[in-house]
Amino acid sequence: MSPEGSTAMTEARLRADALTLAYDKRVIVEDLDVKITDGSFTVIVGPNACGKSTLLKSLARVLKPRSGAVCLDGQAIASYPSKQVAKQLGMLPQSPVVPGGIVVEELVARGRYAHQKLLRQWSPADEAAVADAMRQTEVTDLADRFVDELSGGQRQRVWLAMALAQQTPILLLDEPTTFLDLSHQFEVLDLCAELHEQGRTVVAVLHDLNHACRYATELIVMKDGQVLAQGAPAEVMTAELVERVFTMPCRVMNDPETGTPMIIPANRQRRRSARTELDLATA
Amino acid sequence: MTAPVLRLTRVGGARRIVLGSPAGRFSLRMPLRSALVGTGLLVLALAVSLVSLTSGDFPIPVTDVLRSLIGQGNPGTDFIVHELRLPRVLVTLLVGAAFGASGTIFQGLTRNPLGSPDFVGLTVGAATGALIVILVLGGGGFAVAAGAVIGCLVTAVAIYLLAFRHGVQPFRLVLIGIGVSALLEAMNSYLIYRARLDEAVSAQVWLIGSTNGRGWTEVALVGVAVAVLLPIVLHHGRHLDMLALGDETATLHGVPVERSRAVLALCGVALAAAATGAAGPIAFVALAAGPLAGRLTRSPHAGILPGALMGAALLAVSDWLAQHAWPGGDIPVGNVTAALGGVYLTWLLVHERRRLG
Repeated sequence: MSPEGSTAMTEARLRADALTLAYDKRVIVEDLDVKITDGSFTVIVGPNACGKSTLLKSLARVLKPRSGAVCLDGQAIASYPSKQVAKQLGMLPQSPVVPGGIVVEELVARGRYAHQKLLRQWSPADEAAVADAMRQTEVTDLADRFVDELSGGQRQRVWLAMALAQQTPILLLDEPTTFLDLSHQFEVLDLCAELHEQGRTVVAVLHDLNHACRYATELIVMKDGQVLAQGAPAEVMTAELVERVFTMPCRVMNDPETGTPMIIPANRQRRRSARTELDLATA
Repeated sequence: MTAPVLRLTRVGGARRIVLGSPAGRFSLRMPLRSALVGTGLLVLALAVSLVSLTSGDFPIPVTDVLRSLIGQGNPGTDFIVHELRLPRVLVTLLVGAAFGASGTIFQGLTRNPLGSPDFVGLTVGAATGALIVILVLGGGGFAVAAGAVIGCLVTAVAIYLLAFRHGVQPFRLVLIGIGVSALLEAMNSYLIYRARLDEAVSAQVWLIGSTNGRGWTEVALVGVAVAVLLPIVLHHGRHLDMLALGDETATLHGVPVERSRAVLALCGVALAAAATGAAGPIAFVALAAGPLAGRLTRSPHAGILPGALMGAALLAVSDWLAQHAWPGGDIPVGNVTAALGGVYLTWLLVHERRRLG
């Protein structure tokens, strides 16, 4: 199965039907339908507070929908035993609780929880999964360090290792590159691409449109709780769309390295005049 | 049947032992240090208990005690061991374990070292129940224990209902528990103030908490609770570890968060209720057992079993001190634990301050 061909497939194990999401009375997402193409590297982009993290949380069943449902393999995700879902779907949350006094290796090992039973607490498969996850995220050297003593970037990689140790066919990542320096950002994105090439479905929320276009096989562009576009970056990412979504004029060119779309923001004068135009239009 | 395999794994410097069948269908894993500390505490608790069985007004040699325990003693030692000393020793071990487990559970659920049942009002509520039986209804013996259990359960329900607002936030639960605790303390003092002198004295002794004079009824009460509830909470112990990482992470990894929390809280309340019913609101064992075990095992979430073993060892040692460390003889064990607990809490605060400062 080649990753390039994956967009041609229309199978979607994970999808949302008529999803309405809200915190208390504040509705974030209303009546949304979305399908996560199997085997895709889907990247969700959109302005702040557009509901992308909220959507990701509900796909991972951490946030219960007000109405509608998230379905895994055609059945409401809430109807499965929690552990069964945890073997299929893992997620890197945006700001997890940092536990005090727990060492890195112990935290990553807890990522194996879904695969363990009361009387079968540790198997060679667990050991291999933990070692692999730590190697892939380059945290093996930190094994004995306390998680709450690590830098933000190191911690982010440890949480990623914990999610990887879960070894799920579907992996959701909420802003996996935050806290990371440039080279570590690309290492994490490369790792996601590798996981995708190994056949996993990867869904990530990213802020950087250029990263999104480089790595995604499929983009989901959101604004105000709605999906405005979904498809391959080359088809979807246009200057008009970026201006509509982010209210920011720009040019879209081919990335000289990869040939994927590359967004170049307009200069200050053009952006300012565009903003004045917008203000006049709305006034 | 093939022999189990004991294996030592090492990632970085964190050593763990894995005990399993060769085919890998059964395996247990724990940090090496936890296994050693747990074993040490168990040995200490049993050794002190054995010493307690030998010592008293009629010292009995260890060999005679052991012979009596396996049913081959003479009638004289059998009476002293089986009827006088063994129930007290068993109540001490079981109550210590129940308090230790209950404290570790609540500290884990509230993610707060002050979230133990004696701080959030559960044992104070149990005391209110017991005082009402002693002073208002004029009951004694088993009725007092039953009153304590009912008082504890009612208090737990009240705290839960007061703390409930879109689910229960751990910190809110602790604060409301402390408030309810203060209210019930006032009620307890009032009940004692209104009582006749002799009743007030016996109520006050009960309030300190003691294992003196406890018989097989109390052994049965706390023994059944530990036998039924400890396996359940140990089964959920791994859930508690995951809940410590936050509800979101726990859910993502397949923990049924709401159900686990409800089961653990119910069992924790019932353990505290049974322990208080059997021996009174013995101070500080529930508060200190978990963190002390954590310090020895060098892990913040020491686990319920080390917490229970630490509770049993702490109370066994305290009870021996209560009986033999003072020339005047038997003082209530609650006095000893309160003194030890005060030292512990002061040390903890000074230590924390130094660490933060």
